[in-house]
Amino acid sequence: MSEREPVTMMAAPMRLDYEFTAGVAQSKNLHGYAEGKFIGQRCPKCKKVYVPSRGSCPTDGVPTDEVVELPNTGTVTTYCVVNVPFAGQSIEIPYICGQILLDGANLSFMGLLQEIPIDEVRMGLRVEAVWAPPEEWGPTLASVKYFRPNGEPDADYESYKEYL
Amino acid sequence: MSPAGRFPDLTSGRRPVGVVSFAQYDNVRREGARNEVEMLMPVVAEVFGSIGITKDDVGFICSGSTDYLIGGPFSFVAALDAVGVWPPRAESHVEMDGAWALYEAWVLLQEGEIDAALVYCFGRSSMGDLSEILSVQLDPYYLAPLWPDPTSLAALQAQAMIDTGKASEADFAEVASRSRRAALVNPKAQVAYDRSPEELLRDDYDVAPLRRHALPPLTDGCAAVVLAAGEKAYEWCDRPAFITGIDHRIETHSVGARDLTVSPSTTLAGEKAGAGAKNVDLAELHAPYAHQELILREALGLGDGVSVNPSGGALAANPIMSAGLIRIGEAARRIWSGEASRAVAHATSGPCLQQNLVCVLEGV
Repeated sequence: MSEREPVTMMAAPMRLDYEFTAGVAQSKNLHGYAEGKFIGQRCPKCKKVYVPSRGSCPTDGVPTDEVVELPNTGTVTTYCVVNVPFAGQSIEIPYICGQILLDGANLSFMGLLQEIPIDEVRMGLRVEAVWAPPEEWGPTLASVKYFRPNGEPDADYESYKEYL
Repeated sequence: MSPAGRFPDLTSGRRPVGVVSFAQYDNVRREGARNEVEMLMPVVAEVFGSIGITKDDVGFICSGSTDYLIGGPFSFVAALDAVGVWPPRAESHVEMDGAWALYEAWVLLQEGEIDAALVYCFGRSSMGDLSEILSVQLDPYYLAPLWPDPTSLAALQAQAMIDTGKASEADFAEVASRSRRAALVNPKAQVAYDRSPEELLRDDYDVAPLRRHALPPLTDGCAAVVLAAGEKAYEWCDRPAFITGIDHRIETHSVGARDLTVSPSTTLAGEKAGAGAKNVDLAELHAPYAHQELILREALGLGDGVSVNPSGGALAANPIMSAGLIRIGEAARRIWSGEASRAVAHATSGPCLQQNLVCVLEGV
């Protein structure tokens, strides 16, 4: 016995499955994608528009009951170029991940940027959503294929500096 | 004469801190529509609104929850959206039942820099397989790989009580019958009925010797409490439930190394909190399984004259991560109403009553 190597490691595989509850507010946002729409909610106190909303204004702690439909256009507030391969990667590298602030929204979300050379991506770039064909729409952000430049002049830094 | 300015003698701490408000969600088997934030919002609104204050009146926020229930990281950070933390304020979280979040808030209130705190907690049993999730908290080398579920571990404890002659299945049924009958007048109860112990003994076994009635329900829920120190407590509550003693103790996580028929950690916490120093009117004990109430009664030395779990306890509703704080809230509101003068509230965590918190509440 004494000649045996000490046990320094053991494997204990673990898997837990979950059923996610999106919630009332986020469900409205997700159902919007099935209809080709960006659906957000507005805080009754500070008037900020969250897309998606989790149901509450994180600043004021009150329900964001007013449903707001947002346009297809927005601004890249910041971005990164993904060069590193990782498990489960579904897009060919390198690609660009942008934080998209839709016009009229006060919360940015992450979106794929395409139809632009990597070295031309910049903060303030004006973009529009490219939706999948309607028959592919579902309650998922995957209904939006990607964002691409819409040809407008870059947004003024002052207009998005709060959303970096 | 107004009791304002009068405070009970304290066993723990030097500054009187009172439970002045309490709210809980409608305990349900599955909240399928709302997310955690949407569940918490009305509860936070009620806990503030019922005493006419806002989030700007508390200097500290402490929450209790566990990400394992939701399967996502930092769910406690997202939950803060239910309160709204602008302007920024001191905030903390424990990966434990809200009763331990209350303990942290109580400690901070002792230091005297703030006068009030919000404590909240949330948990859902419905998003995953709770039996599997709870087994992940066990010793990772010898126990967790076997995936023992909490009911099977509790059944070992119940069987040990039978084997040592401490209790019988009829005693377990007695606890379940009384608790569910008491729950009939608790509007937040999930399981309430009027069935005799004899009738309950005809239930099928879930895991022998535990029959169906001896098990807690699976519950989605959340709860919140406001604590206020000194005169502030009287400003917001006519008869605050002052925390005169609070303590928590833990036993080894190796279930096989414990005598499961007793709870020395509860006894010690109870002694440190002064539970037995004076007469106790009522006790709210966090005993998810019926037989555990018997162990806790003995550990705390509660006599027959003590009203135990008038709310129905965790057998009426067992929202994970919240059922402990709810015991404190249920005890506190019976002090506000004058129904009790001195109450013991208890919270537990871990398998087979591994960790226990005892909170003694007094009205003046």
